[in-house]
Order: sequence, then C-alpha cells, then structure tokens
Amino acid sequence: MDIRAHVSMVFHLDKCIGCHTCSIACKNIWTDRKGTEYMWWNNVETKPGTGYPTQWEDQEKYKGGWQRDENGKIHLRLHNRAGGLTNIFYNPALPTMDDYYEPWTYDYENLFNAPEGDDQPTARAVSMITGKPMDSIEAGPNWDDDLGGSPVYASNDVNLDKLTEEEREQLNEIERVVFFYLPRICNHCLNPGCVAACPAGAIYKRGEDGIVLLSQEKCRAWRMCISGCPYKKTYFNWASGKSEKCILCYPRLESGQPPACFHSCVGRIRYLGVLLYDADQIEKRASAPDHELVAAQRDMIMDPFDPAVIAAAKKNKISDAMIASAQNSPVYKFVKKWQIALPLHPDFRTLPMLYYVPPMLPVLAKTKDGNYDVDGLEKEGLPAMLSSLEKARMPIKYMASLFSAGNVPVVEEVYRKLIAVRIFKRAQKVKDYQQAEVDAALAQGKTNAEEVEAIFRLTSLPTYEERFVIPPLGREVAVEAWESPLDRKREAGFGVRNKIAKRKF
Amino acid sequence: MFDNALFIGFPYATVAIAIAVTAYRFFFDPYSVSSQSSQFLENRKLFFGSVPWHYGVITVLLAHITAFLFPGLWGLFTANQTRLYILEIIGLAFALMATVGLIVLFYRRLTDARANAVTSELDWILLFFLLLQVALGFWVAYYYRWGSDWFLHTAAPWLLSLLKFQPDISSVAALPFWVKFHFLNGFVIVLLLPFTRLVHLLVFPLSYLWREHQVVIWNKARH
Repeated sequence: MDIRAHVSMVFHLDKCIGCHTCSIACKNIWTDRKGTEYMWWNNVETKPGTGYPTQWEDQEKYKGGWQRDENGKIHLRLHNRAGGLTNIFYNPALPTMDDYYEPWTYDYENLFNAPEGDDQPTARAVSMITGKPMDSIEAGPNWDDDLGGSPVYASNDVNLDKLTEEEREQLNEIERVVFFYLPRICNHCLNPGCVAACPAGAIYKRGEDGIVLLSQEKCRAWRMCISGCPYKKTYFNWASGKSEKCILCYPRLESGQPPACFHSCVGRIRYLGVLLYDADQIEKRASAPDHELVAAQRDMIMDPFDPAVIAAAKKNKISDAMIASAQNSPVYKFVKKWQIALPLHPDFRTLPMLYYVPPMLPVLAKTKDGNYDVDGLEKEGLPAMLSSLEKARMPIKYMASLFSAGNVPVVEEVYRKLIAVRIFKRAQKVKDYQQAEVDAALAQGKTNAEEVEAIFRLTSLPTYEERFVIPPLGREVAVEAWESPLDRKREAGFGVRNKIAKRKF
Repeated sequence: MFDNALFIGFPYATVAIAIAVTAYRFFFDPYSVSSQSSQFLENRKLFFGSVPWHYGVITVLLAHITAFLFPGLWGLFTANQTRLYILEIIGLAFALMATVGLIVLFYRRLTDARANAVTSELDWILLFFLLLQVALGFWVAYYYRWGSDWFLHTAAPWLLSLLKFQPDISSVAALPFWVKFHFLNGFVIVLLLPFTRLVHLLVFPLSYLWREHQVVIWNKARH
C-alpha cells in the first residue's frame, strides 16, 4: 500500500445554473495574457452539446487518453514511445485554433476617431492574433451555450451515438428539448494522459497533493500533451510557445483559499477536499474492463478512518493534519461513502479526480384533467412530481456515456439514491407522501434516513468550511514540505553550520 | 591570411559563441528554449513543409556526421562505384526533400497571416540562411560530383584539425568558391543556433524512449 493524499473535487450538477462566473473568475486571474485569450481552464458546457474544443470527447479524432488492448494492458491512444518522437515534427492529432476559436476584439477607437461622414462609425471585429479585421466570427467561447436540441450543435455530441434512433428523436421533440450544464476544469488525474504523452517530461504531478502542473521552463512546445489529454485541458499558448493548464490555483490553496472558480461559484456546486488513495493500484485500476471502471476507481480510494490506512499514510510521511483533512473531506463523502459522485468519462482511463453528482433529470410534466401529471410514474410506483428513470427526458444511457463508461446500472443506482433524498425531504417538509412511499424510495435508493439527511445537509445547506476543506498546504506548512525544520534544529548551532543535503526528487 | 581568418578564426569564434550562449540560455533562461511550434495556428501547409524538411535535413546531416566520424568505413563504402552512385542519389533525394520542405515553410510563413503573426526577424534570418545552406549543398552536390567521396579528403581533415586544435586549412584552401561558401555558411548556422529557435535541436527528447510514463515530483524526500 502506497498511500498518497490528493486534493480532489466534486461538482454537484443539480446546482449548476450555467452562469459562467467560474470561467470569468479563472480568466481574470490566469488567462488574460497574450497567447491565452482563447484558453478557458475552466469552462461550462451545455450538454448535449459539442463542448470546447468542438467535440473534444471524440477520441477517434483527437486520440486522447488510454486504450485497453485485448490483453488488458493500457496504452496511450496517441502514440507509443517511438511514435511520439517520429510524429514530433507534425502531430497529426493536434487540434488547431479553428477547433477552438480565433480570439478577437473590436476596433473601438474607430468610434472616436472616424472622420465625419454619412454613416455611423462601427467597431469592426479585429483578430487578436493577426491584428487584421475579421469579416465573420464563426466560433467563440460558449458558442453553443444553451443550444441543447440544436441540429447544428447538440446533435453532434458524441455521447448521443450510443442512443437509439428513437431516443435521439425523443430528445429533439418540440417541448421535450432538454439540456444541463457541465462545468469542466483540469481533472488532475491519477493516470494523466498529458504527463505520459509529454516527450520533454515537463508535466508532473505534485507528490504531496496530486496537483498536475506544467513546467514552463521544461516545456519545448512538442505539443503532445494537448492531444494526450482526453479532456483537452492543456492549452497551447501560441505566443509564448509553451503549453499551459489549470494549476488548481495552488497559490491560493497554499494561502488557505479555495481555487477562484470554487470560491466564486454562485450555485455553490463545488466541493474540495482530500482523498487518500493507493498509488500502487493506479495501473491495475486504470486497466479495468469498461463496465468495472467506476467501481475500480472507487476501490482505490481509501477509508481515512481505517487504522491500517492511517498507519500506511503516516509511513509515507503524510502529516496528521492532512489525514484529519481527509477525514473531513466532503469529496470522500460524495464519492466513496455515499457513492453519488461519478468521474467524467472514466472510459478515457486517466482516473480523473474531479467527480460529478449527475443532475436530476428535469421533470417533463403536463396537466391532465387539471392535475399535474408526469409521464409513466405509476409504472415505477413513485409519486408524482419526481423524475421517472424509465421515462427520463435525458436517457440514462446518455448519462452513462458521460459518467460510467456506458455502465447503466451504476448511474441508475446514483439516481435512485438522489430520488430517495428528494422524496424523503418532501415527505418531511410538504407532507404529501405516505410513509410507505418514502420507505419504498429509501429501499430503492439503498439508503436510510440518516444518510439521506447527511446528503441533504451537504447538498443544500453546507457552510463554506464544509464545502472547502482545504488541506494544510499553508506557507508555514509548505516550508516543511521541502525543508525539514528538524534538520535545522539538530544540525545548526554555534560555529560553522552544517550544510543541509540538497533536496532530492 | 584571409583564408586563415575564414577557415580557422571564423569556425572557432562561431563555435565558442554558440557554446557560451547556449549554456547561458540553458542555465539562466531555460524558459526561452522552445521549438516555438506554430502548428496550432496553421496545420495544413506545415505538414507539407515540416515533415519533408525535418526528415530530409536530418538524414543529410547524419550522413555528414557519419562520414566525418567514420571516414575509414565511409571510404570503403564509397570505393565501389555502384554504391557511390546509389548513395549520391539517395543523398540528393533527401536534400531535395529538405529543400522543397523548407521552401514550403518559407512560403507558409510569408502567406499565412496567423503563422506570419508569430514570425520574428530572427526567424526570417534563420530561414534565409538555412535555405541558402541547403541550396548551396544541393548546388555543390550537383556540380561538384561525388562529394560523399571527396568530402573525406577535404572537409573531414580540416574539421578534424580544428577539433584537435592543430588547425590546418591546406585541404580546403584550394576548393572552389561554392564549396567554401557551403562550409562557411554552415558555421553561420552554428552561430545562429543559440540565438534562434534552432536551439530546439539540442533538446530533442530522446529520453522519452525510456522515461517512466508518469512523472511525480516530491518536494520532500519521502523515505
């Protein structure tokens, strides 16, 4: 057992209102420089939709992540080692600026300086790359925002490929059109494709907290990370000739603050905390067959209350404060204890450490004889006003394609528990359910009153401190991370101070 | 005297500057060392330029180096006329590939607005001298045949003498102008190397062949 700590995340999609405040908070801090205009380390996508860059999930095109061969071994989809070097002069799987958008600004000066004439002066769009006027703008940030159901955008979502023709048609039916939001940042994976694909070895995982960083000094613009990351969360700075990526606001974390996108989240959908995991299992778990991937990833997350785990963690020099932080972690509760948060696209086999609570599917209701009626609820024996999984507006298969590598029962289990929470709390507050109905929902959700209360509490009423359990990465602790204060104490004294051994990597 | 300056002074000066500036960049400004790829901005023309250019020029350059390092074996190989013909034809083919690729790259940076936006003056200077060098090489190979053979008795001894710090230019002093021009322009490129993006050839990531896939950096030694 090689226990390591990992700063991990949960996004509760039910609470996301798609306001893009997170994206703006991030952009204002990190990517408002030349060459980074088009970078959205944090972006919010409309699903179904093509995402950013366009169709990033299509690995036939972009070759991101890992692939499992018939012997159960995993390989980078992009290249083998020799292939990485022979493709270095031209990376065939590299998305280009046209897959994102050409950043532009407007010639505002013209509004003031235009000579007097018969027409109103206009501010033309000007490319931020070439400085030349752009006649037409064909893409931009959130270009398909809120366009669920659009035949031009949403229907190109690769996750829809798994649906039957009938299900797809249902989705596009007038008045049934549906979408939800998917905020995305770097997943800080346990088995990152970007790190493995980088020929220069410039990308690395910080051992102490698992944050994946890209060394600007070692990056040589071989641009393989952009293809290697299946989530397309490394971006190429066209001006500096270096790749850049989300740094999980580590300078903020080190001063005790949550990352900017977490802090600014209006819907308070984001949770941050430490998970303890067993690093010995990375390869094995990443190589699990598709239908076992979610379970495999849950398995390698360790119980921070288990004495054996605590002992192993201490052996690995994980501090007591860090272990305490892991015990408090909201992420541990969502992911492991309650098992209602799922990784995004586990089929990419990078073991992402950002988990999503899938959204309750919006209810499609109409009035029948003046009563509120929802399609087919009686069949499931559930009371009205709640989603029925079978009649869900967004087919469960679609959710399974996003969150469980196509394993439908895993997603269904999550939903049954979420439905149980709703029914339980509604019975409590509105009192329009019979106890038998509540008990049935709890049984279906494989949960109990106590757990439901806890889920409700952390979902709806969490405090700042409950949402963000920031591990002890503070400066005063961080110094301890690379210089043992005990060494100084022991070796420094009067006279010539002993040299402290150079830090080892 | 003039020849001494060109064939002794100039090579030593350029190599010394190249080493010093490269070392400076690696130690004090590693951030600046990059291939500055522009594939992200322009993809299509790059394919038809970059691939033939790199494979062409690397092959030709490796041939130059091999002949210099193993003159005996190389001489044995070129002693047979058929083998010499084949070698020269292959060499010319790769040189042609490199030249065509470089012309495409030149054209790309000239005409593509996005690629043009990330092209500096130094890039143009480098492109010019590279193009000049492959053109000269091609010219020499075509008009002064069997260079793969006479190289061993002209350039090789001269370069070796420079390397041994016993400079002797007798083997190159009498060569035709175009051949000398090719030699000297080679050292111009050595001079440009540390000042331009060409420095990326020194950081070709061979270690990717054996390094661990995953890189983890610990601030503190763990055990």
